[in-house]
Amino acid sequence: MRSPDLRSPDLKSSVRTADLVGLGARGLTARPARAVLTAVGIAIGIAAIVAVIGISASGRADLIRTLDRLGTNLLRVTPGSGILGGGTEVPEEARVMAARIGPVESATQVTSVDATVRRNDLIGELETGGIGVFAARTDLVDELSTDLATGRFIDAATEQVPAVVLGEVAAERLGITDLDPRPRVFIGGTWFTVIGVLDEMPLHPDLERAALIGYPVAVELFDTSQSPTTLYVRADPDSLNDVAEVIPATVNPQQPDAVEVTRPADALLARRAADQALTGLLIGLGAVALLVAGVAIANIMVMSVLERRTEIGVRRALGATRGHIRMQFLVESMLLALIGGVAGTLLGSAITIAFAANRGLTLDVPPAGIAASIGVALLVGALAGLYPARRAARTPPAEAVRK
Amino acid sequence: MTAVLELDTAGKVYPGPPRVTALADIDLVIEPGELAAVVGPSGSGKSTLLNLMGALDLPTSGAVRVDGVDLATLSDGELSGLRAHRIGFVFQDFFLIEGIDATANVAEALIYRGVPRRERLAAATEALARVGLGHRLDHRPDQLSGGERQRVAIARALVGDPGIVFADEPTGNLDTATSAEIADLLVELNAAGSTIVVITHDAEVASRFPRIVTLRDGRVVSDGAPA
Repeated sequence: MRSPDLRSPDLKSSVRTADLVGLGARGLTARPARAVLTAVGIAIGIAAIVAVIGISASGRADLIRTLDRLGTNLLRVTPGSGILGGGTEVPEEARVMAARIGPVESATQVTSVDATVRRNDLIGELETGGIGVFAARTDLVDELSTDLATGRFIDAATEQVPAVVLGEVAAERLGITDLDPRPRVFIGGTWFTVIGVLDEMPLHPDLERAALIGYPVAVELFDTSQSPTTLYVRADPDSLNDVAEVIPATVNPQQPDAVEVTRPADALLARRAADQALTGLLIGLGAVALLVAGVAIANIMVMSVLERRTEIGVRRALGATRGHIRMQFLVESMLLALIGGVAGTLLGSAITIAFAANRGLTLDVPPAGIAASIGVALLVGALAGLYPARRAARTPPAEAVRK
Repeated sequence: MTAVLELDTAGKVYPGPPRVTALADIDLVIEPGELAAVVGPSGSGKSTLLNLMGALDLPTSGAVRVDGVDLATLSDGELSGLRAHRIGFVFQDFFLIEGIDATANVAEALIYRGVPRRERLAAATEALARVGLGHRLDHRPDQLSGGERQRVAIARALVGDPGIVFADEPTGNLDTATSAEIADLLVELNAAGSTIVVITHDAEVASRFPRIVTLRDGRVVSDGAPA
């Protein structure tokens, strides 16, 4: 008579991995509507997180490009605004002195001109529209790494004559949209030809609102001095702080305290920090959504375990171990969360793509972020399934196969 | 000769409250190749006996041995392995899985032996042919009659040739004619080599079997060939 030992491995209860996944999936396909409704919660949470990460990353990619283009090694120096205002006379050689500081690579400047710009001579002298007139050196555009929206900047020839380049906002306020036929504006009693309009300059809002003319013509017509109102200094990035330290005494030895040194890039970085705080908050909200979704999954799974008591009993009678029953329900819960996670990732990516296209941002959906989101969904599913699965595994088989 | 199954003064007490002695001092041996009926009125302990014999539950006194091994000494995994390989069950309410066809239902019994899907389906097809359902392979439970569903359940218990098959009131939900067909099928399968124990309160069904064990109040009151 055959009598294999009951403990022999030949009599082991075992389930193939593919079947374990199949058993978990069958619980979902048997009640598709319920599965979809339960997965929606996870999908919403994951979509929120992916969209926030994606939008924030796209914004960051854009910011980094902007900073790279504009440069973070530019210092803006206002040597004489002073507490008493206007009283300080800055030496005319301030720019040359600043350029002599070791790590300084280049320096340029503008000087406020005592004149107003108007669309024509019929408009009152005080209606300046908030536009300032400045004398600018011909290298200003290159030094600030900006460009012209249209036309050309002041050069060695045009700085001698009544020619003007307008900032983007200034052009708009003066109603100048294109340079053909050559528009003219009225500056302090003289007609100036508009030869160019500058691009947007997010780091230099004051220049966006400026009318720029050449130094020679400013000196000739308005008796403007060479003393700088604003200096722009580009220095070796590693020595930027040292340069900022010594500049005040260099450009205004009499009144170094009146000198103000700022880094325009700081404004962008500060805005970025504020964005990050908001991002954190939104991710927190997404996490709360996931938590609620996890509780919903646990709830549905507990219900499912109660409903499927006889199925559990039958499976135990067919040879399932407690571990097999536990895994079946755990896999079911994780698959449920995975469906939600994948749907949420697709939805969140779609939101990011739409948002980036709408705002003209460079699209950047980080793969690591997507992988992490799906991992988080699986984790939520596993945690939510833990208790129901244990409960299913504890079902006594003899009682479960009773009606 | 080693017995397939042996109960040695096995008893089962449910601690309650109320405390219920479902079975007391049962001595019973099922030999290989037997076809036995367990009969008795409701509450006589038939189902509890089946649970002990089928390794779904353990006795509170005495021992249940399969091939000489006391089941109380086995772990959950080993007991499950025993059920997967050596024991088949047929339930009164069939307990088929809705939404999957007859072949898939029968094949389900081999999942816990780690048999690959293709082999499972082949064995299931063969088992369904043995119970006369070769023409209903891809019908789902809700497309089958009561008698056909019970045949699917019997095929599920037989697939993979376990050492012994337990049937708990297999004809309890069937009309007389269908009950007779199922009883005939069990006799036929026994003739082909299966060891089968049937719990029933249908005297007509029991009378077809060579051995009848009668329970009353948790004790065996008679054991032998039908009168």
